[in-house]
Amino acid sequence: MTNWEAVIGIETHVELQTRSKMFCGCEVNFSADPNTTVCPVCLALPGALPVPNEEAIEGILKIGAALDCELVESSLFHRKNYFYPDLPKNYQISQYDVPLCVDGHIDIDVDGEEARVGITRVHMEEDTGKSLHGSDTGRIHDADHSLLDFNRSGVPLVEIVSEPDIRSPEQARAYAAELQRVVRALGVSDVRLEEGSVRFDANISVRPAGQAEFGTRTEVKNMNSLRSLQRAIAYEIQRQIGVIEGNGEIVQETRHWNEDSGATSSMRSKEESEDYRYFQEPDLVPLHVDGEWRDRVFAGLPELPSARRKRIVAAGVEPQAAATLVEAGDLADLFDHAVSLGADRKQIANWLTGEVVAHLRRNEVALADTGLSAAHLNELGSLVGEGALSSTAAKEVLGHVLSGEGSPREVAAARDLTQISDQTALDAEVDAVLAANPDVVERLRSGDMKPIGFVVGQVMKATRGKADPKLVSELVRSKTQGD
Amino acid sequence: MTDLADLSIAEAGAGLRRGDFSSVELTDAALTRAGVTESHLHAYLTLDQHGARAAATAADQALAAGEDHGPLHGIPLAVKDNMVTRGMETTAGSKILSGYVPPYNATVVDRLSAKRAVILGKTNLDEFAMGSSTENSAYGPTRNPWDTDRVPGGSSGGSAAAVSVGSALGALGSDTGGSIRQPAAMCGLVGVKPTYGVVSRYGLIAFASSLDQIGPFARSVGDAASLLEAVAGYDPRDATSYRGDTPEISTLLDSGVAGMRIGVLAELSGDGIDPQIQDACRRMYDALADAGAELKEVSLPATEYALSAYYLIAPAEASANLARFDGVRYGLRVDGETTEEMMAASRAEGFGPEVARRILLGTYALSAGYYDAFYGQAQKVRTLLRNEFAATYEEVDVIVSPTSPTTAFAIGEKTADPLSMYFADVCTIASNLAGDPSGSVPVGLDAEGLPIGFQIMAPALHEAQLFRLAAEVERLARFDARPALATSEVKPA
Amino acid sequence: MPVEIDIAKVAKLARLALSPEKLEEYGAQLVDILEHAERVGGLPTEGVPPTSHPLPMTNAFRADEVRPSLDRDEVLEQAPQSEGPYFRVPRILGET
Ligand SMILES: [Mg+2]
Ligand SMILES: [Zn+2]
Repeated sequence: MTNWEAVIGIETHVELQTRSKMFCGCEVNFSADPNTTVCPVCLALPGALPVPNEEAIEGILKIGAALDCELVESSLFHRKNYFYPDLPKNYQISQYDVPLCVDGHIDIDVDGEEARVGITRVHMEEDTGKSLHGSDTGRIHDADHSLLDFNRSGVPLVEIVSEPDIRSPEQARAYAAELQRVVRALGVSDVRLEEGSVRFDANISVRPAGQAEFGTRTEVKNMNSLRSLQRAIAYEIQRQIGVIEGNGEIVQETRHWNEDSGATSSMRSKEESEDYRYFQEPDLVPLHVDGEWRDRVFAGLPELPSARRKRIVAAGVEPQAAATLVEAGDLADLFDHAVSLGADRKQIANWLTGEVVAHLRRNEVALADTGLSAAHLNELGSLVGEGALSSTAAKEVLGHVLSGEGSPREVAAARDLTQISDQTALDAEVDAVLAANPDVVERLRSGDMKPIGFVVGQVMKATRGKADPKLVSELVRSKTQGD
Repeated sequence: MTDLADLSIAEAGAGLRRGDFSSVELTDAALTRAGVTESHLHAYLTLDQHGARAAATAADQALAAGEDHGPLHGIPLAVKDNMVTRGMETTAGSKILSGYVPPYNATVVDRLSAKRAVILGKTNLDEFAMGSSTENSAYGPTRNPWDTDRVPGGSSGGSAAAVSVGSALGALGSDTGGSIRQPAAMCGLVGVKPTYGVVSRYGLIAFASSLDQIGPFARSVGDAASLLEAVAGYDPRDATSYRGDTPEISTLLDSGVAGMRIGVLAELSGDGIDPQIQDACRRMYDALADAGAELKEVSLPATEYALSAYYLIAPAEASANLARFDGVRYGLRVDGETTEEMMAASRAEGFGPEVARRILLGTYALSAGYYDAFYGQAQKVRTLLRNEFAATYEEVDVIVSPTSPTTAFAIGEKTADPLSMYFADVCTIASNLAGDPSGSVPVGLDAEGLPIGFQIMAPALHEAQLFRLAAEVERLARFDARPALATSEVKPA
Repeated sequence: MPVEIDIAKVAKLARLALSPEKLEEYGAQLVDILEHAERVGGLPTEGVPPTSHPLPMTNAFRADEVRPSLDRDEVLEQAPQSEGPYFRVPRILGET
């Protein structure tokens, strides 16, 4: 039996969230009515000319810098020629032999196993319009016409091409997820797969383990979640192995992932001969990124997710919790802010990754839409430290703070959740429970301390959870062991 | 009294300001001339009588109110139909754009309007500016006012014929390989292709983006300068627009040529150039020397390869520029089962033979396996040519040559043989490849009474030197002949 | 070097549906033109950079500002076929 090894490279397209499009002033707005954010340039009307959006160039440089790429000093735009109805000029302005960023990498970690995936290039291009397929009968499979909306035409698009360094579907998913985190941290795109603001295409081949040369590859498209990316790659690897072991041959082609059937299928090629006739875009002048610009881009980078995770773990937070915080950047921001106010790191991390995440999921809200602030978290920590809140009550208070009921102190007071830490107030409650349970008292006196939990529980019940359980158990001990 | 249609822009401007006549009267004179001559010439594709009169009325009112927008204020002009005009049909001489009404104005059109010029209409051209005779228009050829059996040159033949005959006082054309200068020469006009980037291309329907430039046609050097000054200057909507100060244009018109170093281009002095044109140019060289200029022969061997490089670069860029005409968003559609079939059928039906030929040529020159030998090599030849020009401009201020190897040729004479038509651009192409300014000034008539053009080339952004020499050539040549059609009692055919 | 052209392939790349007769005619003319144009190969260009652009300029950018878009009715009015707010085209090959 041959031992097969998969070789995977991923091409990622990221739509940048600039205000205006790549080459014209039309608004980038995905909820606009069809064909309302269009102009002579992005509709390719006769005579129109493109002018590049400086903010988009800045965006791609940030991505390149964050991926540890070299930012190329002199770069060019090319025309990539192919006819397609959603491409109004019937050429795409893209970059060909001199992309803006080259030679970067992303480090990934799958179950503790680290790997480095090289980034071949990051280049700038423009998105196409959208075609909707319909038919007069309303059935999609016998669609006899298409409808075109050019709102997305000309939205700035960054293409990130990885080296074929990925060896498993799990690594592919980890790569894609980390790339999304990095881009999100830069604030240049929301990279949402479901909405198409990020798209992953996978180049996949298999070879016998140990063989140096690559097998014939296929390109798989149309994965709209990280899960389907992983599934599609796993499927395609098995399909290729099956073909080869059945003495078949892999055809170099583009394949379409079908989420429902869980399989890839061959797509008809857009341009049969795939001769893009690239040439330098004569409507645009070359790009020049001087040292000062490069320095400014690198200096302006935010802390990147991997560095942030490492820092938070080093501060004593569990790796899993650190990952959760960084995954949703705003949680890590809140964490950092609360810690800077003096809050306990572990406690804050627990609350954020526990109650807060659960609350956000349950109510399907964003952190920013809750009432929670760093000051609140710090105050909550102080209340627990002072003994004014039990850890149970603290979690309850946190829930109400998230719902916008006010600060922890206000919530605790209004809902009467402050802990009874006053010994005299608890004496009577403890005495009452002991008096009602002579058998328990007997066991405690004889040195069997097991029932102590029962007594604490009864006192908690009587005080509706407000008693400080530590203090109660101390009282029980002193009352039954003292004499 | 002179017909107002025969006035120069400068004379008309003076008359308007003196109150001798109004812009409406001036505009009517040009429209009347068009009414008489159009059936003979077919210079215009669209005449906008109503819009022109409205603009003229507004110009008159502004002037009366003391608002003076300069030399073009109230002057009736024509615009080549490859520059888009909001609300006015724009076809680029192609069937594929028949009936197309643009939703925006080219920058040059906005600039003319801002200067209160009156736009009379849109002039005929070789389809998408591809040609040297204006015979490639899908709407029929334009004829030469000097001899209606002959071509006016091209591709801006409609603009040239209109200005020559007086159905416009000036006009804009576009020049990719000589399309302003060659028809200017054949119609006895001044025509200038400015430095690449000096006039915005926004709204100019692209033929070859790295070569196309808009420029003026006029009956005098001074008028050409006024037109160019009105439309020149940085435009943020054209990324290739020159961002420095707009070059000086008319500052040296009266400076004369004493001490000016003039290079006579050896490669365009002999074989292949009509002897009568050679003679006329030589007489001008002598006259310039007498006027104090220093003339010497210069050689730019790479110019021998310019035509070949041009016929690779221009079609290559055109093949992509014309890809947008696909029957999807505007223009002609021929139905098909699939979108692919619809596109291919629409394009085959909508483009004329010269355009189809150049699209095929350009597609081939860019395709895998041929790029390096053809397109790539042509771009390197372009560098060599630029280097030779740069070296030559160390020794001379300007370079001169004939504008066209022949005077106006007969309609139909070259249509069967594309290659022979391509040779009509042999004198003009080098300036487009180099990106340098270049102009044509009439210096005389040949034995058949057809105008001869004298070409002046200058270094990039040195328009002032070009116009300085052009003004002196104009003074020395004293070319004041007018085509028969403009002066005799012509009746509509 | 004689120029060889697969004119049918070129026409397909250029999206021109031409008759066999037309293809043959254009093919022959292209050979003529290219045999002349091939002269560009006669100049030594070793180490010579290509010129794609006549002016030595870089970084012509626009600020990221939203400008008004076109009126949809005006845009669709020029379309050979539209449906509601969309441009309409026949079935697209290679799509579902
Ligand atoms: Mg791409
Ligand atoms: Zn737009």
